Parts: sequence; structure tokens; C-alpha cells
Amino acid sequence: MRVAENLNAALAALLAREPNLYVLGEDVVDPYGGAFKITRGLSTDFPDRVLSTPISENAITGVAAGLALAGDLAIVEIMFGDFAALAFDQLFNFASKSVSMYGSRLPMRMVVRCPVGGGRGYGPTHSQSPQKHFVGIPGLALYELSPFHDNLAVFEEMFAREEPCVFFEDKVLYTRRMGAVEPPFSVEISGGVARVSLDGPPDCVIIAPGGVAHRALAAMRSLLVEEEIACTLLVPSRLYPFDPPDLFDAAVRAARRVFVVEESTAGGTWGAEVAHLVHRRHWGRLDLPVTLIHSPGGVIPTAAHLERAALVNESTIHSTIRGTLRG
Amino acid sequence: MTRPSTALKGETSDPAVSAPQDADLSLMLMIRAFELKLLDLYGRGLLNGTTHTCLGQEYVPVAVEALLDPRDHVFSNHRGHGHYLARFRDPAGLLAEIMGREGAVCAGVGGSQHIHRDRFLSTGVQGESLPVAAGVALHLKRSEPGRLACVYVGDGTFGEGAVYEAFNIASLWGLPLLVVVENNGIAQSTPTTRHLAGSIAGRAAAFGIDHRLVETSDVTEIRRTLEPLVSRVRSRATPLVVEFVTRRLGPHSKGDDTRPVRALEEMREQDWYARCAAACPGRFPRLDAEARAHIDAVAAEVMARGPSQWEGS
Ligand SMILES: Cc1ncc(C[n+]2csc(CCOP(=O)(O)OP(=O)(O)O)c2C)c(N)n1
Repeated sequence: MRVAENLNAALAALLAREPNLYVLGEDVVDPYGGAFKITRGLSTDFPDRVLSTPISENAITGVAAGLALAGDLAIVEIMFGDFAALAFDQLFNFASKSVSMYGSRLPMRMVVRCPVGGGRGYGPTHSQSPQKHFVGIPGLALYELSPFHDNLAVFEEMFAREEPCVFFEDKVLYTRRMGAVEPPFSVEISGGVARVSLDGPPDCVIIAPGGVAHRALAAMRSLLVEEEIACTLLVPSRLYPFDPPDLFDAAVRAARRVFVVEESTAGGTWGAEVAHLVHRRHWGRLDLPVTLIHSPGGVIPTAAHLERAALVNESTIHSTIRGTLRG
Repeated sequence: MTRPSTALKGETSDPAVSAPQDADLSLMLMIRAFELKLLDLYGRGLLNGTTHTCLGQEYVPVAVEALLDPRDHVFSNHRGHGHYLARFRDPAGLLAEIMGREGAVCAGVGGSQHIHRDRFLSTGVQGESLPVAAGVALHLKRSEPGRLACVYVGDGTFGEGAVYEAFNIASLWGLPLLVVVENNGIAQSTPTTRHLAGSIAGRAAAFGIDHRLVETSDVTEIRRTLEPLVSRVRSRATPLVVEFVTRRLGPHSKGDDTRPVRALEEMREQDWYARCAAACPGRFPRLDAEARAHIDAVAAEVMARGPSQWEGS
């Protein structure tokens, strides 16, 4: 099953199960079914709860917050995650604050879905990975789409938090298959983190969320074949608050060398937050400081060759790991 | 320049202007006494942070609240004490909130601008609550037909894009949203003529939303005019903008008023307080004294309380 189908099926299952769930977004109704077709079919089955909105990111997010306030559940699709900047106030000052600023806990069950990332030639304002701009907001949880995490379970978890969540979906994942890793790698999931590993002790751990996980996997394969470097990959479903399970710490302890990969441009990133956490927990037993691998700073060009050069990819990951471990 | 005040004095004793019922007058006086008490506490250095009083505007929520059902939602803003007091008549809870004392409505976390209680909510970012109110109106339309979401907004806030995004959606989707505009002619220090192109009526019209201008401060008359319009918001589930031409008598927040003394004097002469005092000379001084005594007692009692407790969240 493709990631997009899994996501679409998750939304359909939630709409069927939760009579108070709304799905809102620009052009989400049939026959168009959303810019990436993730909502295809949903408005046909649930016409009064799957609503195409005007081009009003702030208001759509505010409407979702109003629904959540009144006890409903809401999922918002921001057509391109870049435009979540226009919804920032509703997330930063209203929805996330409302959970606690009224003195007692106020449940806010809403998810803002943000298709993000480059690789499709959409150019500078339609290709960014804006995760870092949302990290560290009290009461706002961040998740990322991944081929290893079933979306229905992820959405259940997000709603169960009863606080607003942003769900980043790397666009390049939509057409990929769910869950696939090829031998000699195997995958195991625990506490929301997928671990892709080889038998035997690893030389390093790579932490990479869903959008870059397959690039990390490709680098792991070439590092193994060409350099005999064995890596373990950890793919978290929740980016923030980042509160990894034991499996994560066990992997770090076993390898003592950690790399964090993200597509975001350098500077104040999610990866830096993870590095800080790893350093705090494991400083004494690490061989090296945590190494961040991300896209170089700069806008994301449209032309394919320029875009390729601007985004973190398999060879960036490969060469950084090889260079760091082998000097 | 004595003409405006002469004309206004004539207006206050106009027999066509009805005197308010005791209950309404007492509530307006209670809100006034509450706000004056806040300024007094500020002056004595007893309040943390800032607060915005609704001096001069008290009659707006008193008139509007009577048209609302407790199951309607109310969204208030930074100048929301009157909105809260008209709904809950709970000066002790609100003062405790503003002063961070035991019994605070929101454990002292929200303070003057961030209050949530039952179906009342206020927040401090201008315009932010209009889309939220539209979302609640969407919920009500499907789950509780006949109920509405009422949102208070100032004239200055019409500079925010969120207002228009919400107007567009509320009109397109036919949402039971009552927008109460308190047009007091000023936003912080900027007069409406310097921040608003065109008019609020014109902006409502642009979205196909009905607009009603209210220029009187006579609560009975206001209700008589608005009652059928508000009923239509409920029965037809359509938005409505009601614009009150009102006056902000006090400073924006603590002591920040740059308006000329003369202009303030003129506003005081047009104030509902002066009009009611003239219209009901018998009971006004008694009810006013009662309201002040009540708020004095509330303030003394609240100030003697311990600090508010918050579990965190
Ligand atoms: C988004 C935003 N910008 C600025 C402010 C600061 N601020 C608070 S009240 C206010 C003036 C609001 O004017 P108006 O809407 O006319 O309401 P009034 O104060 O007159 O009741 C300003 C600028 C704010 N709270 N939110």
C-alpha cells in the first residue's frame, strides 16, 4: 500500500468512526480531492463534514480551533506547508495556548496537516520544510508522516493528546510504499520510533524523520557495501515534544555515534533540539558530538539540478557519515 | 464652543429616552464601579501588568447579553470585563483573576485578557477570535441549531485580515455569528479616521452580511431594535454585524490617554451615566451608591485572599 492510500484510508476511518470530526481545507472536496489527492473520496461519503474552504489559512485553522473548543475534532489540510506561516498566529497564540492559559486544561483536538519538502520542482515558496519554526511551542505537538507508522494509529495518538498537533507530510513520501525495507535490514517499531537495523552492533545511529528516512536508508546500504559501516536508523513519529523510548537510548548506547538528518535548512533546527537531548542524556559515553546533516542554507530552486543540489540527499548523508567516522 | 454640550444636555433630559430598569441600571453601575476600582488599584500599585477598562461602553454588553441564551457562546477581547460581568455577574471571580488571588476564574493564568468560563472566552490578540467564533458557529449550526456565537470586536481590529477571512466564511457557509462592534472612535491612540478606510457597514456589505448601526445608549431601545435581528441570526443561521457608536471614557490601558481634556469632557456629557442620572434622579444615586459599596466590599474581600494556585498544565 502506498503512503497516500494509507493516509486517505486513515482519514476515511476516522470520519466514519468520529461523527464530530471535520476535515477542512482548500479544494479538498471531490472530484478534485485535494492538491495531493489525500482527501479523495472523503467528501462524497461525508459531504457535511469534509469542506472546501476559501484560501484563508488563518481562518481555517481558527475554525478548526473553534470546532475543537466546542468539543468536535478537526483536521485541517494546508495545501502546502509553507502557507502554515499564515496560520501561525492561530497555532502559536490561540490553539496551543488555550490548552492551558485558562488555568485548567482545555482539550483541543485538532490536527493541521502540512505537505512539506522539496524534490518536486515547486520552487522556493512551495518546497520548504518548516518544522523548525514550530519546534518548542508549549502545547503544540509536532508529528511527521513516515512509511513505517500506520497513519490511523498516528492520528489516534494525536487526538488522544487533546492538544493541537501539526502533522508534516513530506510530499515525496505520498507515492512510496508503506513499511518496506529490504534485507539485510529489518524494521522494528516501539514507542512510536521505528528502528531499522542489521544484526550485530552498529557503528553509528542515524535519526531521521519520515521524509528523509529513505534517503538515510539508501546511504546506509551504500555505506555498508562500500565502507563496511553498519548503521541503525531511528525514525520517530513524533518530533516534538521529543521524548524517545528506551529503544532509542539503547541504540545510542550501542553505537556511541549519532547523526541527525533533516531536510530543513541549517540554523535553529529540530535536529539541534535532538542533539541537545542526546548530549544531555549520553554525553559521557559518546565518541563524538552529535552531527547534524541538513540542507545547506538558501532558497530551494525550481530547476531540477539546482533543487537537487540544495536538498539533503543520499550522497550528503553518505559522505558526512563516512567523513566523520573515517576522517 | 458651548453648543455641543448644550445640545447634549437637551438630549439627556429627552422624555423620549426611556429610563433603564433597575436591574439593567444596577448592572451598568456595577461594571462602572468595577472599572473605576481597577484604575484606583492600579494607581496604588496593587495590580500586576495591564488592563483595559470599558468605561463608557458598559451598556453595550448589558444590552446584548439580554438577547443571548446561556448556551450561546460569547467571544470577548482585551476590553472584556463588561462582557464577562454582564454574563456572569461575578466581580469577585474576575477581580481575583486580575489580581491573582484565590478563587480566580482561570487560576490567575489568564489575567484581564484571557478568560474562559463555560461558553465565554476572551483572548488578547486582535482579530484572532473571529475565525474561532466562526468555527464554534459551524459547530452550533450542525449540533445545536438555534444557538449562536457572539463575538465582540473593536473598530481598530478591522485592520486585521482574520476579520475578513472569517466574514467571508461566515457568509458563505451561513453561520450563526453575531459580530458586535464597539466602535469607540479610537484604537489605542489612533483615531478611527486614521485607521479605517471606508466604513464598517461597507465592509459588511462587501461580504453580503447584514449590518445595523446603533447610536443610542438606551438599553431598552437597543434590545427592541436588535431582538428581531438576533432572532434571524438564530432561525436563518446567517451572520450579522451590529455596530455600536460608543465612547471610551478611560485611557486605553493604564494611563495612556493623549486625547484633549475638552474632547473627554464632551464624551462624559454624552455618557450613559450622565443620561441615566438625569433620567432617573430618584433611584440613580441610591443604585450607584449600592453598586460602589458592593464593589468596595468585593475588592476588600478579594484583596484579603491568598495567592491563586495553579497546578500547571
Ligand atoms: C494582533 C494585535 N496587535 C496589536 C495589539 C495591541 N493592542 C491591544 S488593544 C489595541 C487597540 C484595539 O483597538 P480597537 O479594536 O478599536 O479596540 P478598543 O481598544 O478601542 O476597544 C492594540 C493595538 C494586540 N493586542 N493584538
